[in-house]
Amino acid sequence: MKPVNQADVLIIGGGIMGASTAFFLRQRGVSVILLERWLVGQQASGVNFGNTRRQGRFLEQLPLANRAHDVWTRMPALLGEDAELLRAGHLRCAYRQDAADKMEVYAREAREYGLELELLSKAALRSRYPFLGPEVIAGSLSAQDGHANPRLAAPAFGRGAARAGAHIYENTEVTSLAKDGEDFRAVCADGREFRAPVMLVSSGAWASKMSAHFGEPVPLVVRGPQMAVTEPAPYVIGPSLGVAGGTLEETLYFRQVKRGNIVMGGCGRGPSTTDPRYAPVIPAHTLTQFRQMARLAPVVTKLNIIRVWSGVEGYMPDDLPIMGPSATTSGLHYAFGFCGAGFQVGPGVGETMAELIATGATSTPIDAFSITRFESQLVAAEPHADAEP
Amino acid sequence: MNSRFVRLAETSRVPVHFYIDGAPAQALHGDTLLVAIMGAARTLRSSEFDEGRRAGFCLMGACQDCWVWTEDGARLRACSTEVRDGLRIVTRNTEAVWLNQA
Amino acid sequence: MAEPGVIVIGAGPAGVRAAEELVAAGLRPIVIDEGRRDGGQIYRRQPEHFTRDYAALYGSEAQRAASVHRGFDALRGKIDYRPETLAWNIFDGHVHAVREHRTEKLPYSALVICSGATDRLMPVPGWELSGVYSLGASQIALKSQACSIGSRVVFLGSGPLLYLVAYQYMKAGASIAAVLDTSRLRDRVAALPKLLARPGLLKQGVAYLAALRRAGVPVHTGVEPVAIGGDPADGVRNLTYRDSKGQQHQIDCDAVALGYHLRPESQLADLAGCKFVYDDTARQWFPQVTMEGRSSVRNVYLAGDGARILGAEGAENAGRLAALSALADLGKTVDATRVATLRQAQDKMERFRQGLVQAFPWPQEQAARLPDSAIVCRCECITAGELRRVVTDMGAQEANRAKAFSRVGMGRCQGRYCADAGAEVIAHAAGVPLEQVGRLRGQAPVKPLSFQTMEEPQ
Repeated sequence: MKPVNQADVLIIGGGIMGASTAFFLRQRGVSVILLERWLVGQQASGVNFGNTRRQGRFLEQLPLANRAHDVWTRMPALLGEDAELLRAGHLRCAYRQDAADKMEVYAREAREYGLELELLSKAALRSRYPFLGPEVIAGSLSAQDGHANPRLAAPAFGRGAARAGAHIYENTEVTSLAKDGEDFRAVCADGREFRAPVMLVSSGAWASKMSAHFGEPVPLVVRGPQMAVTEPAPYVIGPSLGVAGGTLEETLYFRQVKRGNIVMGGCGRGPSTTDPRYAPVIPAHTLTQFRQMARLAPVVTKLNIIRVWSGVEGYMPDDLPIMGPSATTSGLHYAFGFCGAGFQVGPGVGETMAELIATGATSTPIDAFSITRFESQLVAAEPHADAEP
Repeated sequence: MNSRFVRLAETSRVPVHFYIDGAPAQALHGDTLLVAIMGAARTLRSSEFDEGRRAGFCLMGACQDCWVWTEDGARLRACSTEVRDGLRIVTRNTEAVWLNQA
Repeated sequence: MAEPGVIVIGAGPAGVRAAEELVAAGLRPIVIDEGRRDGGQIYRRQPEHFTRDYAALYGSEAQRAASVHRGFDALRGKIDYRPETLAWNIFDGHVHAVREHRTEKLPYSALVICSGATDRLMPVPGWELSGVYSLGASQIALKSQACSIGSRVVFLGSGPLLYLVAYQYMKAGASIAAVLDTSRLRDRVAALPKLLARPGLLKQGVAYLAALRRAGVPVHTGVEPVAIGGDPADGVRNLTYRDSKGQQHQIDCDAVALGYHLRPESQLADLAGCKFVYDDTARQWFPQVTMEGRSSVRNVYLAGDGARILGAEGAENAGRLAALSALADLGKTVDATRVATLRQAQDKMERFRQGLVQAFPWPQEQAARLPDSAIVCRCECITAGELRRVVTDMGAQEANRAKAFSRVGMGRCQGRYCADAGAEVIAHAAGVPLEQVGRLRGQAPVKPLSFQTMEEPQ
């Protein structure tokens, strides 16, 4: 396809937010240029845990998550691939009564948003999920939640968008952004320039620099997920699991893929770096994960891990993303800072942002994610201790 | 013939008695577990992703193709583990070993 | 608190000589050895109660092997030796080393990585069958366990090891069906001037070949492997190849020893943050290292086949040079003449290395000719066709991207046996130079690490 440098919408950042927005804009006949500094879906979208869960999200996020859930269901029809989506449930486990009580409260409140959760007693857990350790006293199951392969999902949206006519430029680093009269103008490291009257900044951990440039800085903190994967073992663990209401050290999460490997993460945070080549896993965190697995699912401790990895994720101090129109610049929109929990909502973010950009409004409530909420506070605070991806 | 490797020398060593899938087998003191198994069987595990059986590959702890289960759920890399009396190795139907609570 | 000391990883010829130099300078290094006994791979020691003598075990290398073993034995009591210990990570100026599920964080003021090499493999259809082993494996089976890998063995591949191991098998009374060398006479002839840098080694190679022929072992060069045949449940039954005239032959066998020279175990250098450089003649990536053993990272030194494949004697020199560089950088006085002599010796080794690469080339052309059904990644059972599809259908032109989409390199071996061939397949399918495909990113653990691993109480 002949390269172009002008379109209806310019998207900066090709993670799942940008790639799915590009796809859905094309479904609406809107022309799109997407600029990605590395490869589509390679950063937070590609290194995260892979949870596709609605359970546990802030209630304000559930409408968006429900919308995303529907897109995940339609992915095979939309894209011709399913990113290995496995819906065998998402199970939160509590070690202590206060955590169990909180799960109960959440189940009641989430029901108002159409999310049905099943609370499980210790006996029910032992019978249904015999691999759980004896310290687990209660569980909350979201039966239709599950997990998918983060290495595949965003690239699938990227290819779908390209097939539908989006112009996607990978290995294209944007070095300056500005609004130039009616148009936004992006200049790249190799000198190429791109223009559009509307722009979406969906560049993850790198987006806060861009929003600051447009006069709306936000206190984004960069963190690295602490991930590990085991050798393959016979496939028996269906749901994606996580610990609820624990300390940071206790917040282990894991899932088993059909091929048998178990992916796990949590129990600590990686140091802040925006260089994806250097995002490290701290060895002590891996050892903590080992200890915590002995509590959560002792059988898994018979296995070996074969690899660890980290990456670059952007966190906001209130654990909610930045999503929606700019407060300072007309035609500018944001979708970034998903606090390590952007994977499940991603396809819904794309559909929502495309609707918002194309029609001027969206049926999905996203006011809680407005960038304006940081207008008066520029102090970076630590994200919540029990952030689950 | 139910063995794979052929002993060419060093055959007067103390025997070691171990088990493969519940059946008694004999090795010699100083054998690695892989050599011990290859003296009494043709393969040591099933490939996870195709119909084939495997019998190790690099013998130097690099390929990771010779990991076996013991009956009590331990993982051993056969080429870098010395065989010892009483070792009970499982090479088939290993799902049960993993899921058994220790 | 005492200044952290020097850590040597590896107790093969490079690690042993590095430790010797450090001890001679008055230091007491930690020597981390994954093996049960010192010696590494080439000079792997048999179990203590075995009876074969050095001549039987190491042939023409008996004296060098004995010297390295004696050298190590003399270090006992003067080093902090950690056998059966895996260095699984390097992070924040510490080596993370595990033994029997107990892991320790060891600080260092200098780190000498002598991690050695493994065989370099090019897939053959059917190479996933039981009974197919690396060339190095077939040698280990004989050297340290007095076994042949089968009752009728085919040796296939290229490189000096091919003839050496076949010869050792012949001498030990094993049954050899054939020795099949993919290299061609004209390449070996063209490489002669460089191979003459080490005339002794060259003579030996010729002598092995002659001995094999005298013993009636069929030896064929210029061959192309076609397929290894057999039964998935039971293993290898035969091997099919095309000879130098293009005629196809099938040999009955129950074992195949396969290998094309060596690839460096460079995962620790990667974790230590070392830069890598691409060698287009060898078509391999190596950690950047000077002849004196300095990597791109201050206080990290690299020696032996894990850095530059110069063989066992080259590894000994490299170990000494790396240690001497570490000592110099730590402010100790170092004999400049010794360094110069060792450097000169290494120039010979380097020239010979180039000759080997030319004489026994990595058969890159086989990658493009692999049928789609041939397995490239043994761990994950991913075929060449599946790998090609992620290039052509999903746009993956780079090693890590292709891995993310195809799973090639995601298995237990983390790319050791599939990365080189995988990169060739990707390069060919994408129509890009091999260098552009890049190399797989390294992560801990260097080898599988058990959940039962616990920190050693301080």
